[in-house]
Order: sequence, then C-alpha cells, then structure tokens
Amino acid sequence: MAAVAPPGVVPTPKPSVQKPRRASAALWAAAIAVTLPGAAPILHLLWTVVKPGGFDAGGISATRLLQLFGSTTLLVGSVTATALAAGTATAWLTSRTDIAGRGVWSTLVSLPLVIPSFVGALAMLGSSGNGGLMSLALSAIGLPRLPVFSGFWAAWGALSLWNFSYVHLVTTPALRRMDPSLEEAARGLGATRWRTLRDVVLPQLRPALLGSSLLVALYVISDFGAVSLLRYETFTRAIYTQFRGRLDVTPALFLSGILVAGALVLVLVEQRNRGKASLAARRPARPPERIPLRGARRVAAYGFLTTVVIGGLVLPIVTLGWWAMRGLSLGNVFDPVWAEAARSTGVALAAAAATVAAALPLAILTVRHPSRPAGVLESISWSTYSLPHLAVGLGFLTLSIRFVPAVYQTVVLLIIAYMAMFLPQALSATQAGLRQVGPHLEDASRGLGVGALATLRRVTVPLVWRSLLAGGGLVFLTVMKELPATLLLRPTGFETLAVRIWSASSELFYTQASVAALVLIGISAVPLYLLVTRDR
Amino acid sequence: MRRLPALVISLALVVAACGGSGDDGAESTTTTTAAKATATTAASETTTTAPTDEPGEPLVLYSGRNENFVQPVIDSFTAATGIEVEVRYGGTGDLATTITAEGESTPADVFWAQDPAFIGGIAKQGLLAELPADVLGMVESRYADDDGQWVGITGRSRVLVYNTDLVLEDELPDSVWDLVEPEWDGRFGVAPTNGSFVAFVSAMVLVEGEERTLEWLQGIAANDPVIFDGNGPIVDAVVAGDVDAGLVNHYYLLQRIAQLGEVPARNHFFPPGDPGGLVMAAGAGVLVGSDQQEAAVELIRHLLSAESQAHFLTLFEYPLVDGVAAPEGQPALAELPTLGISLTDTADTLEPALRLIAEAGLT
Repeated sequence: MAAVAPPGVVPTPKPSVQKPRRASAALWAAAIAVTLPGAAPILHLLWTVVKPGGFDAGGISATRLLQLFGSTTLLVGSVTATALAAGTATAWLTSRTDIAGRGVWSTLVSLPLVIPSFVGALAMLGSSGNGGLMSLALSAIGLPRLPVFSGFWAAWGALSLWNFSYVHLVTTPALRRMDPSLEEAARGLGATRWRTLRDVVLPQLRPALLGSSLLVALYVISDFGAVSLLRYETFTRAIYTQFRGRLDVTPALFLSGILVAGALVLVLVEQRNRGKASLAARRPARPPERIPLRGARRVAAYGFLTTVVIGGLVLPIVTLGWWAMRGLSLGNVFDPVWAEAARSTGVALAAAAATVAAALPLAILTVRHPSRPAGVLESISWSTYSLPHLAVGLGFLTLSIRFVPAVYQTVVLLIIAYMAMFLPQALSATQAGLRQVGPHLEDASRGLGVGALATLRRVTVPLVWRSLLAGGGLVFLTVMKELPATLLLRPTGFETLAVRIWSASSELFYTQASVAALVLIGISAVPLYLLVTRDR
Repeated sequence: MRRLPALVISLALVVAACGGSGDDGAESTTTTTAAKATATTAASETTTTAPTDEPGEPLVLYSGRNENFVQPVIDSFTAATGIEVEVRYGGTGDLATTITAEGESTPADVFWAQDPAFIGGIAKQGLLAELPADVLGMVESRYADDDGQWVGITGRSRVLVYNTDLVLEDELPDSVWDLVEPEWDGRFGVAPTNGSFVAFVSAMVLVEGEERTLEWLQGIAANDPVIFDGNGPIVDAVVAGDVDAGLVNHYYLLQRIAQLGEVPARNHFFPPGDPGGLVMAAGAGVLVGSDQQEAAVELIRHLLSAESQAHFLTLFEYPLVDGVAAPEGQPALAELPTLGISLTDTADTLEPALRLIAEAGLT
C-alpha cells in the first residue's frame, strides 16, 4: 500500500494535542491567490442574477424556467437513482460475493469513465436507428430494428451508463473496509442476509452513497454534450441554446446564474444530510466473509455485470471502430489527429501540473493550520467544482474580455479555468497525503533551522509526491474529457480531441470523429487503468 | 462541504501513483513555456491597436463554416499572399455572440457566417467595416448587405429533404404551409435552434408577418416534428429512413451522396414565392476592430475568386460570382425563386424570429 492509503486507514493526525502553528503571510497569500480564479466566475454569474437595476432575464419567461427546472430535475433524479443502484450492485458483487474474476470485473466496470458522455451518446446514435450498428446486427438475425435513441430515455441511459462507475469507485473501498463483526452479530441474532444488508451494511455505506450521488447529480446538471446529441432539454442545454441563438451573452449568463444558485443549494442539502458517520471505519480486523452466490443468482450476477460492461464499454468502442472502418473503406482520408492528441495531452498535463502546484499551499494551510478562514477558502474551491463547466466557461469568457483581455483566448486562461474547476481533485489528494505523514518531520526540519520553502521542497513534497501524482492523474483525466469550457475559451486554432470530436460529429464527419474519440479513450485509459488497479 | 472532499479523496487515493513522473514533468514544463509564449503573442495582439501591421502577424478568421469547406481556400490564400490565417471554427451563432461580447476589441479580423441574419446582427451593432465597392460588385446586389458591410460568398437554398421510399412524388408539399397539415403529422424533422432555420424564420417574418409566422410555427409544433440540433443529423435520419423528410439546406444531402454513394433521398425545392425556398447568402465581413483591414479585405476578395468559388461548387453550394455554374443536378441560381425581400432586413427580424420560435415551444 506504500505511501498512499485509503482514507479509512489514515492514521488520525493529532492537531488537538499540539496547538497549530500560525500560518505565514506568504502561505495565506498563496492560498488566497489560488482560490481567486474559482471565486471570480461564481460571483460574476450570481451578480448577473441579482445585480441592481433589474432582473435581466433576457426574455426568458418564468414558465420556461419552471419547465427547464422540471426536465432537469427529472433527469438528475432518475440518473442518480439508477447510477446509485447499479454502482452499489457492481461494488457489492465485486467485493462481497464469491463470483469469479472479481478484480477483473471491478476494473471493467470502472473503465466506462474513460468515455466522455458525449462520445457515449454519439456511439448510441451510431448503433440505433435504421442505419445503426445494433439495428443492422438485429435485422441480420431477423429481429426488428431499433428506433433512434433520443429524448429522455436515451439521455437517462447514456448518463447512467457513463456515471455509475463513480458510485462503484467510491463504494468499493467503503465496502472492503467495513468491519465484518457488525454483520456477523446481526446474522448471529437471526437477521436474514437481506435484512443485514438493509439495516447494517447500507447505513454504513450512507456517506459513500450520498457523496457519490452528489457527484453524479452534479455531473448530470453539468452535462452538455450528451443531452444535446440525444435531444433532451435541460438547463445546461438551454444555456447553450441561448448562447448560440441570441447574439447577446446576457440571457445565457442569467440562466447560468440561476443554475449556479441551484447547484449550490444541492451541495448544501447534501452537506446537511450526510450524517455523522465518517466515510470509512477503522481498518477491519479481517476481511469480511464472501457471500456465496448459487444457481440463478450467480447467473444473474454475471448477466448484470456483462450487460453494464457491454453497454458502457464494449458497444461504444465497437461502434466507433465500425464507423472508422466503414469511413476508411469508403475512401475517407484517415486523419490520425496527432496534433489534436498532442494538444489535448499537453494541455491536460500542464493543467494537472498547475492544479497540483496550486493545491499545495491550500492543502498545507487547511491541514497544518486549520482555521475558519482556511475552511472558507476550501469551500470556495468546492463550490466552483460543483458548477457546470459551460457556466464557468461563460463566466471566464466575459470576465477576461472585460478585465484581462491579454489572456483572453490563450492557453494561460484555459489552464487557469481548468485549475479553478478541478482544484479540489488535487486538493483532496494532497490533503490526504499531508494528513498521513503528520507534521513531525516538517517540524524537525524547521527546528533544525531549515527555511519554510526548503522544508517544503526537501521534506514535504518528497513525502507526499505519490498523493500529488494521484491528484494530478485525476485532473488529467477530467481535462481530457472536458468539452464546453474548452469550446468557449480555447485559443483560436487550438482544436483538442474533444473539440474535434464535437465539431466533426456535428458536420457528419463520423470517420474523423470516431478516430479522434478512439484516440481520446486510449489516452484517458492509461491513468484510469492505473487508478483502478492500484486499489487492489 | 466536507463530504465531497472526502469522496474525491477516495477517488484520488486509488489513482496509481507509480513511476513515470520524469517524462510528465518535462512535458508539462514545455507546454507551460509554450503557453506563456502564446500569452505574450495574444497580449501584443490585443494591445497593438495602431495601424502598424507587424508583418507575419496572422489574420484571424471566425468561421461559422466548417473546416472542410474553409481550410483549402485559406491554404491557397496563404500560398498566394504569404499572409498567415488563424481560423476559429464554431457555430455561426456561437461566434456571433462571442463577437458581440468581445465588441470592438475582438481578436477577429474577418467573420464568415452561414446565413445573413446573424452577420446582419453584427453589422447592426456597428461592428463591421464597409467593404470596397469592387468587392461588393462581385456578386449580385441582392446577395450582399444593403449598407455594404458584408458580402455573400456562397448561396444555400432551403429545401425539404425526403426519403424516396417513404414519401411519394405527389405527396411533396407545394408550400411549407402544407407541413402543418395532418398528413405530415410526426413525419418530418426540424432543427429549430440552428442558425439556418432561424434565418429562414426571419425571412418568413418579412414575407408573411409575425402573426402568420407564429401560426405556422405553432402548426409545426403541433404536428409532432422530430427535433434535431442541426441540419446534418436530419439528413442522416432521412437517408436512414428514421424520419420521412426534413427542412434543411440543400447541400447536406449532396455531400452525403458524395461520401456514401447513391442514397434513397432527394431534395425538394419549394415553388417560387414560398418562404420555404429562401436562398440565403453565407456572407463574410471585416470587423471594425481589425488592425489589418487591407489584408482582411484581401481575404474576402480571395473567397470570391474563381478558384475559391470553384472549390465551393465541389461542396455543392451555389457560387455567387457570375459565370460559375450551379451544383450538378440542382436548378441554376437564377432559376431559384426570390422572395422579394432584402436579406439585409433578416437581421431586423432575427429577434422576433427567435421570440416566435420560443413562443411556439420549438426548442
């Protein structure tokens, strides 16, 4: 397990024993500086809603707002419930039962995360309808063709398939670390397996389940590509419609402001309801007993896992491959998208490095010198993380045009925006690393007369570099898949893989879109594969 | 907000943290340096407002037309003049809103739109410079802005694309008004948020007035149309037989045939006088904020050259410069119906058109 341990086995730091040292002014300055880019777009968007001189709705009626609210809530609720059920089931099957190949299954059901939901949606379109791959396969064996996947059910399916892995990834460690003695006690007192599951296991999973639901729910609110392709109207899609149709950015900003307020409410609701239980208990004395699955249940378990892996991973990749092959056989030029791949990888690496560097002062401040103001800074970065990227992108677009035109449409602004949006991913990894090593070695270093910066370089960073790398890996993966903010903020001519897939598919250049999508999936799979296999 | 952090911790912590960091570090450093270089360039671009053209500073084109269509003529322009061009590709509406937000400080030198309404909207804000008379004179005056701020590069006709297995010849509508009849219930697709559709509705407002246009839009909405995001997917759906017909621009089908070979779909042109048959100019104009006015005008002149116009013809759009033929198998430009409206005025009806589309519930 080396230097990186899951949160449950982190030796609790003892900040109460020792009075935390006062943070230096430089540390405060650095921590505030890295938080500002995230605060700016939120304040700007909220301002567009509440600014004096009128509620400028840009002609958007209250009825329309209610409609959007309804359709978005429906999708968020149904996808979250589905992802929660599916992700908990896969986590339970792969960590608590005796099915064969649990490790392989656990990896396979995590991998759909490499597929951006808009690419998944594109593949769904390519497999359904009269000309779709699945339809052709079905009609070859004499079955009726599939209707075009579109509207609510398609959006629900796509977002559930390409989000349930979050629940799986968060719930699996929680399940593995759960103390089996409680369950054994329940069984010993005569409770059935199901009752034990319901009354003992699920309550312990509550923080993990609630937290991963929030991740899924925020993602669904934020999704722009999949709902556009599958033609389901949500708030975020309406923002884009306003942006592209109005010759004026105000209505889009206004809707974004409303959405920002909504997303913040959701985060607060989760906070109030998360319960007191900590995410993970102590390290269990021994691994829990594996529940044997027999007969029909075993078949159902394999059937379920096979279905989600085929739907979430195999079908999209096969459809994209089929598109690419068909296009090439029709004589379409093969464009290996090297330049796009290099830009995507380069900007994702740079953003990951910048984000990890930015997270370091904030992590040190919040872990080594905990205080209320430090907590506020941390909350600000989490608020930005919970916002739709399209809204954050619009905020950065208008702010940079007005106040810092020098960075407008430059890679610098793009990286700052990624950093602002994804800072918490690196922050939480770094904080966990810092908590694990404790302040003693740093204190010793300072006590021996080594300066703060030298201690950071020679003691702290070498101790937590694995955590830094872990956080950076997550940021890399997220940036690779990011679409709407990249579309708005990229430098002219800076087409990334995601942008290429999006523009090529809307112009029906499916060969190019599918090649670019396969390259994107291939590159993203590397950090994600390491992420999921590391757990074992 | 402690739960969310805890969550991502557990996600982050399972990220592998093994080896290979050396290369990563090296590469990100290079990228950051490159980023800084870009930032410096951009900074000098935005701060240099004096008309001193630094040689080698690229011209910036905001293009609502796709790369396939644009890049070959940009390459030939650079080859001929030595002027580098950076192209920002995007939707016409996206780019128009971006230019509006940027105002006079826009990095764009030239804007090339898909339709007259959105570029007209930019002209109305005073963001486009007047083009020289010789450039405007290269196309028929009805395909250029009345005030000389944009000039049409190619023509695109609105049509009804239909699947020949699913729609009989004698079922074909004589007017867009037929599509509100019960026999078309649930059989056709529209892309109501797409710029071309919006421009067509803007023209319809000019021809029929707001009240009648709303009536038509509501009739369409009540006829259970299949809603798409753009023209391309409609044509694909018609070719596959997923919908019977759709309101689109004429060249998507022709490009599809060129890619796929013969397909069971045809374009149906609406008869003279029907707003469904609007011929839109895809126009280009020079931004007033551009510090490279001459080079920008030169680029537009190049788009209207015989060579570029011939390229557009291979992608089945109507060249607007005299003496270049019509796309194969399509009626000649002169034979296409005119609606007796000025395309310039579609910019004035853009706002009502958007309002009416929303009012009819077509989203």
